[in-house]
Amino acid sequence: MSERRFRQEDDRSSLLSRLGSDSPRPRMKFGGMFCNVEGAFENKTLNFEETVSSSKEEKLSMTISRSTPMSTLRTGLSGQSVSSLSERRIGAEVNSSNDSARGKAQRRQGDCLLIKGGKVVNDDQSFYADVYIEDGTIRQIGENLIIPSGVKTLDAYGHLVIPGGVDANTNLQAPQKGLIPCDDFYQGTKAALSGGTTTIIDHVLVEPGTSLLSAFDLWKETAEQRACCDFSFHLDVTRWHEGLYEELETLVKDKGVNSFLFFMAYKDRYQSSDSQLYEAFGILRDLGAIAQVHAENGDIIDEEQKKLLSVGITGPEGHVLSHPEEVETEAVYRAITIAKQANCPLYVTKVMSKSAADVIAKARKKGVVVYGEPITAGLATDGSHYWAKDWTTAAAFVMSPPLNPDPSTPQYLTSLLACGDLQVTSSAQASFSTAQKAVGKDDFTLIPEGTSGIEERLSVIWDRAVSTGKMDENEFVAVTSTNAAKVFNMYPRKGRIAVGSDADIVIWNPKETLTVSATTHNLTLEVNILEGFEFRGVPTVVISGGRVVLEDGQLNVTEGSGRFIARKAFPDTVYKRIRARSKMAEARGVPRGNYDGPVHDVISVTKSVPPTPTTRGPTGTKTPTGPRNLHQSGFTLAGAQIDDHIPRRSAQRIVAPPGGRSNITSLS
Amino acid sequence: MSDCRRQWNREDELPVYLAGPITTGPNQRKSFGMFSSVEGAFDSKTIDFDNYAVGRKGSRTPRSGSRERVLETGDPVGKTPGEAADGSRRSPSGEADDARSGVEVRFTSEKESPNEKGEKLLIKGGRVVNDDQSFYADVYVEDGIIKQVGENLAVPGGVKVIEANGRMIIPGGIDVNTCLMKSYLGTQPVDDFLQGTKAALAGGTTMIMDHVTPQPGDSLLEAFERWQEAADKKACCDYSLHVDIPQWNENVKDELELLAQDKGINSFQLYMAYKDLYQMTDAQLYEAFSFLKQLGAVVLVHAENGDLIAQEQRKILEMGITGPEGHPLSRPEELEAEAVFRAITLGNRVNCPVYITKVMSKSAADTITQARRKGSVVFGEPITASLATDGSHYWSKNWAKAAAYVTSPPLSPDPTTPDHLHTLLACGDLQVVGSAHCAYSTSQKAIGKEDFTLIPEGTNGVEERMGFVWDKAVAMGKMDENQFVAVTSTNAAKIFNLYPRKGRIAAGSDADIVIWDPDSVKTITAKLQQSAAEYNIFEGLECRGGPALVMSQGRIVYEGGKLQAQQGTGRFLPRKPFPDYAYQRVKCRNQVKSKQGVTRGIYDGPVYDVAPTPKYITPAPSAKTSPTSHQPPPIRNLHQSNFSLSGAQIDDNIPRRSGHRIVAPPGGRSNITSLG
Repeated sequence: MSERRFRQEDDRSSLLSRLGSDSPRPRMKFGGMFCNVEGAFENKTLNFEETVSSSKEEKLSMTISRSTPMSTLRTGLSGQSVSSLSERRIGAEVNSSNDSARGKAQRRQGDCLLIKGGKVVNDDQSFYADVYIEDGTIRQIGENLIIPSGVKTLDAYGHLVIPGGVDANTNLQAPQKGLIPCDDFYQGTKAALSGGTTTIIDHVLVEPGTSLLSAFDLWKETAEQRACCDFSFHLDVTRWHEGLYEELETLVKDKGVNSFLFFMAYKDRYQSSDSQLYEAFGILRDLGAIAQVHAENGDIIDEEQKKLLSVGITGPEGHVLSHPEEVETEAVYRAITIAKQANCPLYVTKVMSKSAADVIAKARKKGVVVYGEPITAGLATDGSHYWAKDWTTAAAFVMSPPLNPDPSTPQYLTSLLACGDLQVTSSAQASFSTAQKAVGKDDFTLIPEGTSGIEERLSVIWDRAVSTGKMDENEFVAVTSTNAAKVFNMYPRKGRIAVGSDADIVIWNPKETLTVSATTHNLTLEVNILEGFEFRGVPTVVISGGRVVLEDGQLNVTEGSGRFIARKAFPDTVYKRIRARSKMAEARGVPRGNYDGPVHDVISVTKSVPPTPTTRGPTGTKTPTGPRNLHQSGFTLAGAQIDDHIPRRSAQRIVAPPGGRSNITSLS
Repeated sequence: MSDCRRQWNREDELPVYLAGPITTGPNQRKSFGMFSSVEGAFDSKTIDFDNYAVGRKGSRTPRSGSRERVLETGDPVGKTPGEAADGSRRSPSGEADDARSGVEVRFTSEKESPNEKGEKLLIKGGRVVNDDQSFYADVYVEDGIIKQVGENLAVPGGVKVIEANGRMIIPGGIDVNTCLMKSYLGTQPVDDFLQGTKAALAGGTTMIMDHVTPQPGDSLLEAFERWQEAADKKACCDYSLHVDIPQWNENVKDELELLAQDKGINSFQLYMAYKDLYQMTDAQLYEAFSFLKQLGAVVLVHAENGDLIAQEQRKILEMGITGPEGHPLSRPEELEAEAVFRAITLGNRVNCPVYITKVMSKSAADTITQARRKGSVVFGEPITASLATDGSHYWSKNWAKAAAYVTSPPLSPDPTTPDHLHTLLACGDLQVVGSAHCAYSTSQKAIGKEDFTLIPEGTNGVEERMGFVWDKAVAMGKMDENQFVAVTSTNAAKIFNLYPRKGRIAAGSDADIVIWDPDSVKTITAKLQQSAAEYNIFEGLECRGGPALVMSQGRIVYEGGKLQAQQGTGRFLPRKPFPDYAYQRVKCRNQVKSKQGVTRGIYDGPVYDVAPTPKYITPAPSAKTSPTSHQPPPIRNLHQSNFSLSGAQIDDNIPRRSGHRIVAPPGGRSNITSLG
């Protein structure tokens, strides 16, 4: 069964791979990279017609013959399940525990849907068309579609039909200081779906010293059991060393991970030095992956934290005081410089301040391949709440980089988002309950960092950008879904309403209003940082993987129904330029005759530097300190060793050990 | 000659200039940026001048009246400033022909030898150019100090009179960045304090600030004393010293305190480049900035990202590029700009003035400009090399030539860089011109003939510094003469707290004076230079403008192309901490910026229990290891370990205490001695 599904997918991908590529006219680009392409509509319609037409007859007949009996069965089933949600969930659980592959296959086939009368909005254009979905895939787009009878029809008159949101940054399982987020994959994806997000890319936090692969496997396993929507993963590399290369290669080539996050903050825990970043970026470029950075200068933050604590500031306002805007900006600037040197694409997560966004915008103008990601919280609210008298409220806002106290920041970020200087929006969802946050009630550095936003993301952007006229609906689709899909190489499977794409569709009602409240949201979190905000624009229907998960305000999700989306290396959007530049950037030496003039003699001189006759001990760490006093050494084999970071290969045989072969066995 | 005098006498309305505020005068300088005359500033300066002279004079008017040359036009105050200015404007062109005749020195008294303390000199008929204004006045010098500036000065008999013939009298240049003793692998630059200061004087620079460059582990204090000793013996002009901090630790702090408080050093350089040698981490920089701020010092930063440079160097050597072109390739402009940005960020966080040495590229300069717009207290110093030439020469086929340009940050290969930097200098976005003079001979440079990373870094420029700024900025119309004085001398004096002793022609200032000839043209060549380096990176460039006469400490040391410097005459100038120019804003911000917490009730809600929660790592049912840390690594296979006691150990960075006694060693006391 699963095999068949795979074949189908292959089929589809080859179909999709031809999308647009056979266009007779070169594509015109207007402003920035994510923009309307001239004639894209015809192209796609044509493609759809053509690609289908070759095998149209037989395909149609096939689909009809295969799906009619199933669909009737399915509609009956779905009607039943809507009525008894709890029962259904139990069933799903049983399914997943039995044989998840079979369960999924069952669930997926034969789910036919027709969305009628809506305005299909892609990132490049909008048009009125019906959308026909079958087997979790969009099968037909157009007017007067030929579809089998008895298909469930969703009415989208007056609404927009948009591709489901892609949330490129969530932390649903990443522990912080030993605390696991209170919203896990189930809660988190449920909330995501209710807000119109149908794909999440979660961060796998690999604690220093553990294997990337095992962490990835753990995450994947959990997510497969729990997630209700499709998911993919970024890997957070917390301690870089050359030995990771093999694991990275496996992850990129076999596991479908093409993005890795590095920390420039969290000194002594996760922070990478510039050299490490440079090395890592170089390797990621060769592998065709995207480097992400958490951009904050950890050194400065560390010092500022110490300073503030010593001054006696322990409340959440210390968090924002110790993470000033400049520190973020500086790190963004540095990350861009490093990425430019390494010629590696860079994705800056959580752009929270104006100046950081400006740095990205400027770098893009200079041609650096860099992407910036503002988040829900940063687009909706500002950091003035850190000074709230209520500790709980103030602590709920703690995340890093922190929300900027400048109240004009959200508007500014929205503007940059609208003009394409920032590209992707995400939520940076990481929810910690008040009790968890209270771990840091006496010391702001201990407050686990994270805010919610996975649910409100689309509404916030619609309200702040589209309703206000900054952005059009196509841009809206681009920043909430398409760009993320492109950058992370899920396009056009995700992020587009096109024939062959996954049926992750949201029917969007731009007129309705959502009032955010912790009592009504779908997270377990007891505080919502956007409490009381009203946002225009809500999803009325959400379809994930061809199934209606939200309709009439009813959320109807299945735990474990999410699939892992493997992402290939070398996303075109990102790597086309990088490749061209790699070819160009070859530096060449100057052929010269040999210099045959006098050369100052150095060797004889080095000994003429007398050691300074000072009584002070040598201060340098590098200075040799004579023979080591073995009695003073804290030597132990049990604890950390200097070569811990070098992975031990099990099959390493020392043929000629230094000091000759030992006969230690003969002594026993 | 007499023509000149008459001309001078016709300018008698000039005292108006000196007498009172001329807020409406056409010559008044508009403020661009920060180095500009403030309204009413003239007042105080005039008063200053009078105050300095107060010992001899009651007031200006009687003094001018007491001169035998009575003013023909009567009451000078009656003239409007406008007329005065017109007169002064016209005069240089009118006098141009006379001026060609050159500077003349008249000895009215036979008993004085030219180089002796207590010499009395009168510079007549010149136009005094300070950073805020220009005016015609005579300058009377006695005992190495400017005693009077003004017209119709009452001077004692027997003074030596120098006719300036309408030329500019400017304060002697201050070169803020020289490295005359910076050893490289044990070799010293070919220009030591003697050669270097001679070259400086020949170029119109009467004071240098040299970098003391101790090696990591050296005592800063001793290094400082070594430098001072060498300079006292050799230097021909006044000097002061910056101290470079090669590494940051506790010992250094004590020494810094001593240097700042007792030795008169108020500027210290930190390095963001030279990985594993001088480079400091951001945390160290932060600490160092904080500490230096307490001392009231100016933090100089060598801004380049050393981590990336090290990586690039390795890469480029691997590619087989070993020539000097590898130097700019491994140190691209972005790395400089990045480090400048980081240094400024650190400076802002610590609230401490930052001074970026050697601004070599457009983007670095722009970064400084933007930061200044946002209010950061940051200063930028382009150097002669970056102002006069570009980095295209690194690709020269001639190895020796290419190597001569090696300095870091490297010259930017972009040929428009010098113009851009001059523009920023002219508008005040960059403040100070240094030379970074550090001359190594070709054979010394050849240490790196197989590997560009070994080429000693440094270019010449102390001699050409003033000339090129004039040629490329003033002669081109980008900058006026006052700004010229500001960037070559006054700003440096202000930033490093030497003002008004240096950097100004005013009564009471040191008599470091240059008579500047804007019309002289010379072609730079290594053959005619004072520096001992055999290659001059400006070889063949033409340079308009140069000193006609240079006076250091009241002695004429350079005149008509002849240098008569005396070894060992240079004095060390101690500088006080907390220069107003850099620290005034910082002090105010300190008071304003103090942070306050929020007073809240105590949070009494539930608190997640963390202490006993290593159990939160519910190990996955899978056989795979949990991703979280804290898990003890699998048992170490001792046969696989590369264990050795001779090499680096993980606790190498922890200083060992000599008096550390292990009372209860793990595993119980060993009786190993009893076995032997």
